[in-house]
Amino acid sequence: MSGYMLEMKKITKRFPGVKALDNVNLQVEKGQIHALVGENGAGKSTLMNILSGIYPYGDYEGTIIYQGEECKFYEISDSEKKGIVIIHQELALVPYMTIGENMFLGNEQGEKYRIDWEETYRRADQLLETVGLRESSRTLIKDIGIGKQQLVEIAKALAKNVKLLILDEPTASLNEAEARKLLDLLLQLKQEGLTSIIISHKLNEISYVADKITIIRDGATIETLDKEKDDIHEDRIVRGMVGRALTDRFPKRSGSNIGEVSLEIKNWTVYHPLYSGRKVVDDVSLRVHKGEVVGIAGLMGAGRTELALSIFGRNYGLNISGSLYINGEEVRLNNARQAIEKRLAYISEDRKGNGLILSNPIRVNLTLAKMDKVSSHSIIDGNAEVIAANEYIEKLRTKCTSIEQNVGNLSGGNQQKVLVSKWMFADPEIMILDEPTRGIDVGAKYEIYCIINQLVAEGKSILLISSELPELIGMCDRIYIMNEGRMVGEVSKEEATQERIMGQILKTSKGV
Amino acid sequence: MDRAKEILKRNTMLVALLVITLFFAFLTGGTLLVPRNVTNLIAQNGYVVVLAVGMLMCILTGGNIDLSVGSVVALVGALAGTLIVNKGMNIWLAMVICLVAGILIGIWQGFWIAYIRIPAFIVTLAGMLLWRGVALIILDGLTISPFPENYLNLFNSYIPDIFESNINILSVIIGFLVCVVYIIFQFINRMKLRRKGYSLENLIFTIVKTAIICLAVMVLSYTLAKHEGIPAILILLAVVVFLYSYFTKKTVPGRYLYAVGGNEKAAKLSGINTNKVLFFAYVNMAFLSALAALMCVARFNSAAPTAGTNYEMDAIGSCYIGGASAYGGIGSVAGVVIGAIFMGVLNNGMSIMGIDSNVQKAVKGLVLLAAVAFDVLSKKRGKIA
Repeated sequence: MSGYMLEMKKITKRFPGVKALDNVNLQVEKGQIHALVGENGAGKSTLMNILSGIYPYGDYEGTIIYQGEECKFYEISDSEKKGIVIIHQELALVPYMTIGENMFLGNEQGEKYRIDWEETYRRADQLLETVGLRESSRTLIKDIGIGKQQLVEIAKALAKNVKLLILDEPTASLNEAEARKLLDLLLQLKQEGLTSIIISHKLNEISYVADKITIIRDGATIETLDKEKDDIHEDRIVRGMVGRALTDRFPKRSGSNIGEVSLEIKNWTVYHPLYSGRKVVDDVSLRVHKGEVVGIAGLMGAGRTELALSIFGRNYGLNISGSLYINGEEVRLNNARQAIEKRLAYISEDRKGNGLILSNPIRVNLTLAKMDKVSSHSIIDGNAEVIAANEYIEKLRTKCTSIEQNVGNLSGGNQQKVLVSKWMFADPEIMILDEPTRGIDVGAKYEIYCIINQLVAEGKSILLISSELPELIGMCDRIYIMNEGRMVGEVSKEEATQERIMGQILKTSKGV
Repeated sequence: MDRAKEILKRNTMLVALLVITLFFAFLTGGTLLVPRNVTNLIAQNGYVVVLAVGMLMCILTGGNIDLSVGSVVALVGALAGTLIVNKGMNIWLAMVICLVAGILIGIWQGFWIAYIRIPAFIVTLAGMLLWRGVALIILDGLTISPFPENYLNLFNSYIPDIFESNINILSVIIGFLVCVVYIIFQFINRMKLRRKGYSLENLIFTIVKTAIICLAVMVLSYTLAKHEGIPAILILLAVVVFLYSYFTKKTVPGRYLYAVGGNEKAAKLSGINTNKVLFFAYVNMAFLSALAALMCVARFNSAAPTAGTNYEMDAIGSCYIGGASAYGGIGSVAGVVIGAIFMGVLNNGMSIMGIDSNVQKAVKGLVLLAAVAFDVLSKKRGKIA
């Protein structure tokens, strides 16, 4: 067993209400590139955060054996001392510092308190050459593109004497040529003896670089494939990623009463608010009928949330073009208020960040999107508010001490119920639910599904954005598939399988 | 028992105020609570209450503070002096002009903060310098005084003593009427709730609460009656406090202030025009600064270029001591009033004791830190539990 560079044994990690990792094992051999694949939320990043000490020792169960000894990392600097460096999807570079300054941030060259800038930039230039980046190390980070920044991150890791490099979705925001360059660099570094772990959704890239592939699903290791022995064709990996049995985790809908088209968008294009010229949503068209649940499948960063926010009163993006019809009538919604008036609701994927006011009680959160229902001439009818809040708590069986309890003190599932109640209270006809079951336990998920069924039974339209394919297949009448800002497919309930959806996404990824 | 603890926990600052009041009453041999001093306390701290209420609106929107308050007081004071003393303008017209000037200043600052999104700290820091400068220009560095009698009477007078006895009977009667109205109001509200079948507050709890409040009102009005009677300024303060308390608790725009401070993104996605909310907070702050300026020139009987120095600090301090969250979204008008009285008692008590004013400043600084630290720590504990 000592032939392994790294062994993670029986790792279990719990978050309040969820078991993120359950007895996960990972073995990485020295001098290899090991890929970690799995759906969003499968637990890949959690596992890497444990390895790098972001979740300190004691916060999880299990053991980490690295270079033959057991390790207990309490913080990132502990793992870095041993040569384990993690590069996150969101790069950790300071825009207004030079490449050189960034590379040696926290690892300054010189003696004690004096920084030797000559030495810093000399070494920086040397490392830039190693990674094949032709830039002066005195260039500011903000002036180079994201692909080059990724290379700077790798050079920064090399500067720390890295032995085990972890890359979390390194090519997610790179174009084809940049991604190729990065992968070739990894292969080159492998020749020089570097061990790396790469997390990626782009399976073609993984087939290209990885020696071994470990598949994680629902917080558990499914299998490890070996390039030498096993078939590591994309289809094979996909099957491992999604191959779970669908049991009755989804409540049945009694008969469907799908009516006329309630929401339709045509040729919807949205540009990134900061990087002008970058299309986040590209010529998307879709329609939702009354009494229908329509899903949008896609990977993180596919543009689904951005699409939803731009529909909901242009709360995201610039230069939005295309047309939006509600009940057949073309409308232009300039802000959330107008969207709410047109009986639209958007239930955010980020309930803490964008959905709820954690420091306020349930009662206040519940009525916020539709205050005119409990007020007249701007004067709040406190009693009506109390009654409304109690009614919804009962209806959705939200567990709380009272409606005066602060939302921040509720469990994730109950927070989600408050968020859903808040938007039900706003009397929408069309509800966009963005990852409504993220981070909540199975029981609460089931209850959310029941609410969705109840809503469509009342003739409302649901647009369901989810990264969990079984959820989409179990709940939706129709599923759109979105990838890299474009609609790349549409499947009916009958045709929908995980392999088909995942395959469609991977087929249309720009990748290598 | 748990309930008592809960009530105590929710009213920690009120308890702290009682403790510090008794503490200084003891140290000053009762001087703190003699009628003359209580009257004095109100006159001295009226402006703090008004400014603190305005500051609360700013802090609620996300922990933003308005640093320009003191300078706005000086500028509007200078304007009032020029119009009333130098130009001899009708005092009512002059006061309206002054309040409008305050609103215009607020529009200027609110525009940069809410629509251009320059941090409030920077805009109001600029305002602090700008308005002080304009005040100095208007006054040419000189102090304007004295103000005409009719203007001073408006703010510095007392409720007339119509019965000509040794105490101001009318003040006591007004206090009594306030209690009666309060009790009737409570009663009607309870009846209404019962009729509509809403849940009711525990009867004993309501009675105890009402009794304490009535007792406090009666003691205050009796104490004031023994001196000159209820001061006009107290009536003005009562109106301001009542209006803003109602505004924050019972109206939709008031609710939006909390929502924006609690989570601006969520507020925006709930259809709230967050820019408008921010804009309002700063316009309102400048308006209340102008009101405070009118009170201050009457109290000092002069408009000085240095007037209002550090007033913003008193207002901010009152808010934080009164339980407003430095991150926004939490705080109440009642709390802020308690905070302002707390600061007032602290100042006044130390002055009566003859403590050196430099030491006073140091003590105030420590008390402010202690109050906020207490708030932060008690919330942390709440989270773990």
